[in-house]
Amino acid sequence: MAEKVAPPSPREITTKPRVSDRVFRGTVTGVGMLSLLILTLIGLFLALRGFQTFKSEGFHFLTGYKWESVTSDSGQVTNTFGVGAMLIGTILIASVALVVGVPLSVLCALFLSFYVPDRLKKLLVSVVDLMAAFPSILYGLWGYFVLMPMAEYWAKLLYKYLRWIPIFDAPQPFFERSPFIAGLVLAIMIIPIVTSVSREIFAQTPLDRVQAAYALGATRWAMIKTVVLPFGSSGVVGGAMLGLGRAFGETVAVFTVLNVVFKANFHILYGAGGNVASMIILKWGEAVGDETKALLAAGFVLFVLTLLINLAANSIVKRTLKSGK
Amino acid sequence: MTTTATPVVPQKPWQATPKEIAPTILLLIVSLLASVVIVAMTPMKGKLAYAFLFFVIGTTSLSIRKWRIRGRAAAADAIVSSIALTGAALVFTPVISILATTISHGVKGLHWSLFTQSMFSASYQDPISAGGLLHALVGTLYLILISIILSVPMGILTALYLTEIKGPGANFIQFIVQAMSGVPSVVAGLFIFASIIVTTPIKASGIAGAFALSILMIPTVTRTAQEVLLLVPNDLREAGQALGATQWKTVATIVVPAARNGLITATILGVARIAGETAPLLFTIGGSDKLNWNPFKDYQGALPFYVWKGLMMGTPESVQRAWTGILILLILVLVLFVAARTLGGRRMKSK
Repeated sequence: MAEKVAPPSPREITTKPRVSDRVFRGTVTGVGMLSLLILTLIGLFLALRGFQTFKSEGFHFLTGYKWESVTSDSGQVTNTFGVGAMLIGTILIASVALVVGVPLSVLCALFLSFYVPDRLKKLLVSVVDLMAAFPSILYGLWGYFVLMPMAEYWAKLLYKYLRWIPIFDAPQPFFERSPFIAGLVLAIMIIPIVTSVSREIFAQTPLDRVQAAYALGATRWAMIKTVVLPFGSSGVVGGAMLGLGRAFGETVAVFTVLNVVFKANFHILYGAGGNVASMIILKWGEAVGDETKALLAAGFVLFVLTLLINLAANSIVKRTLKSGK
Repeated sequence: MTTTATPVVPQKPWQATPKEIAPTILLLIVSLLASVVIVAMTPMKGKLAYAFLFFVIGTTSLSIRKWRIRGRAAAADAIVSSIALTGAALVFTPVISILATTISHGVKGLHWSLFTQSMFSASYQDPISAGGLLHALVGTLYLILISIILSVPMGILTALYLTEIKGPGANFIQFIVQAMSGVPSVVAGLFIFASIIVTTPIKASGIAGAFALSILMIPTVTRTAQEVLLLVPNDLREAGQALGATQWKTVATIVVPAARNGLITATILGVARIAGETAPLLFTIGGSDKLNWNPFKDYQGALPFYVWKGLMMGTPESVQRAWTGILILLILVLVLFVAARTLGGRRMKSK
């Protein structure tokens, strides 16, 4: 007699995740949040260490032009710390970099997107990516030994013919290691970022509009002017801002090329100046006690500045990329 | 009736014939000659003058020709084409110059004892045949290894959070990762100094440097890994789920293996990002000239630091050291870059 086999009891159907899934999701979510933690910690630690400086200097820390720690005969230490001069330098150098770098990058991106045959394009895009991977000290070395002699000559030309414009004037005809040359090196360093962001955005241009322009008999330039640029211009602005963020934070290349002097210098051709990042390196070696704290406070200023620029830039780029889909 | 099949040869009627290209080339040669003549006759001089005049004369003559053949719009098009070409040429010239000068300056200092000796018993001002950069190579390898251990798991897991779980915070975390990739390298160094070197028993050493480099590497790895994971077809995930696999099983046995090459590419790109970083190391590793096999204790050297020291000394011998050091660093970066490209290319093809 056959034994009666009990049918398997029906499985319970549930949407509750298994333990393994819960562990997995928990771990991954936890790790995902870590980057937020790191970013917060960076801001927190730098602000905390720099707090004393912020408290004693107040708003003057951002606007002051003096950075000195004087010990009097009686051992009394008087500190005056202000990064104002270096903030001016940062903005000046980054402006040179943007004025030179952004038009070149946009031209290069247009060239790569609409003019080059496909096979060459792949190679050239790799070269642009490689440019982004070059160490910044390599740019510094090259800028100092190769670009500087040439750029000094260009600076002399600018000084000779354009010195009636205030920023091209100089107190003395000393053009080596000037913010202008540092700006040129930075321009080369931001080109890969701005180029690849612009190229990505140009590639998102709606194809039907491109083809419609051609079908109406537009030349390549007419097509770019009426379709690509109106579509991509805000994205290019975002790319330029990403470049600006990089230019603000660049340290080693600027320090190598520029004659870093703690002084407010509005003359871009004159060989003195600095930016916040290079100033930190300059003062770090001899800094003790309060000055170290002040340098960390300067680091905090730099951190907040680049963070704000980057967040704005990223949201602009993202919005443009989305509008193409 | 028999028909012989005539082979169809595809033609490209829009392509320029040699006869159409010839006047263009002729005009370019003429404008080159004209610029030489003008430079010779006027007080203008130098390479800058040649380039500028050639550009102006070439562009105008080409656009005038287009105007006569096809009208104003074509002339504007010709002008913009040559401006775009010039812009691209200006972008690529520095790359060629950088590669050429680095190689030509760097090879002068190459010799075998570079890889067998440290700078412990030599000074940077000595001729380059004394001492070597073994200590820096060891230091850089340690830094890279520890940074990989610290940041690759975190980068990939964060990417998994953004692509697989897509939790409520995904958009926000994406935002944070992007913000993190903009942190200046000098700030990363300062942060590790302010947080770890000042407050914990870990002093300036290889591990502190690796912490700083990881801050820069994590966003790179995350963003590349995310792009790769997004390329894995959704069908594969759905197939896994349909077979009754849990999400964990699907990710571990299907998604990640499918994206393996791309994840390796992400790692390599992350390493290429940090291999040449100098600024964070200035605050964190101490920059020793002695060979140090222990990354957890005592000062460590690194290739970028070696270059930095040579450059800062400023004597001809020390600058020669800097060039040789940067050449080796550049070779390292190039190898990593080509490796990432080949792996990435293979992934694209298999798709």
